[in-house]
Amino acid sequence: MADLSVQIHDLHLKNPVTTASGTFAYGEEFIDFIDVNKLGGIFVKGLTLENREGNPYPRMAETSSGMLNSVGLQNKGIDHFVNVIYPRIKHFDTHIIPNVNGFTIEDYVKVTEKLNELEDIKAIELNISCPNVKEGGMAFGIKRTSAVAATTAVRKACKKTLIVKLSPNVTDIADMARAVVDAGADAVSLVNTFLGMAIDAGKRKPVLATVTGGLSGPAIKPIALRMVWEVYKAVSVPVIGIGGIMNATDAIEFMLAGATAIQVGTANFIDPRVSVQIVDGINDYLEKNNFTSVHQLIGALET
Amino acid sequence: MKRIEDFTVIGHHWLNYENFLIELEAPEELPDIRAGNFAEVLLKNSPGTFLRRPFSIFEVDKEKNSLTFYIKVIGKGTRYLGKLRKGEKLNIIYPLGNAFSNPYHDKVLMVGGGSGIAPFVLLGRQLREKGIRMTFLFGGREKDNILMTERFEEFGKVFVTTEDGSVGEKGLVTQHSILAKRPLEYGMIYTCGPDPMMKAIAHIAKQHQIPCEVSLENTMACGIGACLCCIVETNTGNKCVCTDGPVFNVNDLTWQT
Ligand SMILES: Cc1cc2nc3c(=O)[nH]c(=O)nc-3n(C[C@H](O)[C@H](O)[C@H](O)COP(=O)(O)OP(=O)(O)OC[C@H]3O[C@@H](n4cnc5c(N)ncnc54)[C@H](O)[C@@H]3O)c2cc1C
Ligand SMILES: Cc1cc2nc3c(=O)[nH]c(=O)nc-3n(C[C@H](O)[C@H](O)[C@H](O)COP(=O)(O)O)c2cc1C
Ligand code: FES
Repeated sequence: MADLSVQIHDLHLKNPVTTASGTFAYGEEFIDFIDVNKLGGIFVKGLTLENREGNPYPRMAETSSGMLNSVGLQNKGIDHFVNVIYPRIKHFDTHIIPNVNGFTIEDYVKVTEKLNELEDIKAIELNISCPNVKEGGMAFGIKRTSAVAATTAVRKACKKTLIVKLSPNVTDIADMARAVVDAGADAVSLVNTFLGMAIDAGKRKPVLATVTGGLSGPAIKPIALRMVWEVYKAVSVPVIGIGGIMNATDAIEFMLAGATAIQVGTANFIDPRVSVQIVDGINDYLEKNNFTSVHQLIGALET
Repeated sequence: MKRIEDFTVIGHHWLNYENFLIELEAPEELPDIRAGNFAEVLLKNSPGTFLRRPFSIFEVDKEKNSLTFYIKVIGKGTRYLGKLRKGEKLNIIYPLGNAFSNPYHDKVLMVGGGSGIAPFVLLGRQLREKGIRMTFLFGGREKDNILMTERFEEFGKVFVTTEDGSVGEKGLVTQHSILAKRPLEYGMIYTCGPDPMMKAIAHIAKQHQIPCEVSLENTMACGIGACLCCIVETNTGNKCVCTDGPVFNVNDLTWQT
């Protein structure tokens, strides 16, 4: 067995394989299929300050090699997470990493403060792809000023490792990564979904009730991979790679591009066992290539 | 407990140009499966499909250790399943979802349209064991949409409507004469099929104060409660059709009936 452990600032992961927010619920839905304790971590479903019912149905459209979703952060709010869900999942022998959402900077800060109290939580992921209600609903993560403002405020409030999750819907992802790192991010994760759209030609109507939605799955992998590589070269903090990872080879490609860890998202819907299979697959790759540690892969791309 | 397993195709039978039955043998002894449960089928080599496809479990054969699905061709995925041959493997997650509940008294009506009749064979068998008297009402556009009525005759009386009158009474299911009887007395109406049909049936059930359960077919990404894509609005907030459903009591839904 090769050494698979990686470090994301103060967060020690037994292996680089984690699951992406919104695609793995709270992990409990998967225990019939896999031993979730074999994962490096679980980024749980997006949390907001208040209970949210999310967007109307239909919320999903299948696309070529991927899917669009417009779930809209449906969740029962931070207090429900703290009082009901956390006690149920904190015993998992893997890191539970909450995904923090807000529609104002104050929301983000309040959610972060409540998570500070939870002993078994070592890191949080700040999702800056949320719509900023004070800027007409434009996502925080699309403009440098609002991304920096959100990160700065949460950094001040946060007593844990702070991972900032970047939106890919920007012109220069490396510049955005630098900006949030300067504002205090201990690590960055990328990418979130790409804004997309699906039309039902027969009905001459949009497929999603919200018209547009977020594209994920293998369709986005080449772009995500390029963005991870650009960000890896631009910042000195750990990078977590996300986007269309379906198997161990995809995960290894992200690590070669510079990712210290990876998140498996949409692939969990196709095969709920895939995350744990990726852990084994990375180990097999390392052994086959006579590597003793997964660190030998990180940024090892020869160009 | 949910399972993920590779099944083998052991039977494939076209009922007409757009409907077929596919029988799959399980690799392990089948668990208990209840009427209303469904499965998520992976279409591994089907070009252009990405997500699994959900189908109700139509038939369980404990002796052959097999499941049968009744499928109507809609698009790419169902067309692919229509072309599978005996011996091919299919990866399946099952049994998923909740189940129909037992009626409050011993006479029920099941109303189905199209592939919506799929869960009623298991339901029929389950209720027969309890001595419940069943009536079936199936509707479709034309004769070709009315299939396998004989499968249900062992459980109870079967009535049919078609929009063109080619078989059974002419009109929509909701216009069938058995629904015009007064008093309309059933301990439960179960319905599965196109949304407008289910809503119309739910409306009739409400008028006569008959409890009514519907089985919904919302589009799904995961089928296991992980994505929250399949929701339906209920009186207590959005619920997942894949885990809280697919069967709902209409009184819990915010449907305008
Ligand atoms: C719980 C449940 C049980 C079901 N049971 C059966 C069954 O027993 N027999 C049967 O024939 N069908 C059943 N369906 C519907 C079946 O899942 C869809 O017909 C199928 O997914 C279409 O796939 P496709 O690739 O052929 O079509 P696609 O090419 O994916 O889509 C064609 C059209 O079908 C629609 N569609 C896609 N997915 C669904 C869906 N899940 N439900 C309804 N429409 C959809 C799309 O909006 C699209 O317009 C069930 C659905 C659910 C949710
Ligand atoms: C159904 C669904 C829900 C999601 N919910 C969230 C969320 O709550 N917070 C978040 O930061 N990202 C969310 N995402 C984005 C994923 O975490 C991930 O960044 C994206 O799907 C790309 O990875 P993938 O291609 O492996 O799925 C969601 C994605 C999907 C498909
Ligand atoms: S289909 Fe994913 S939660 Fe129901």
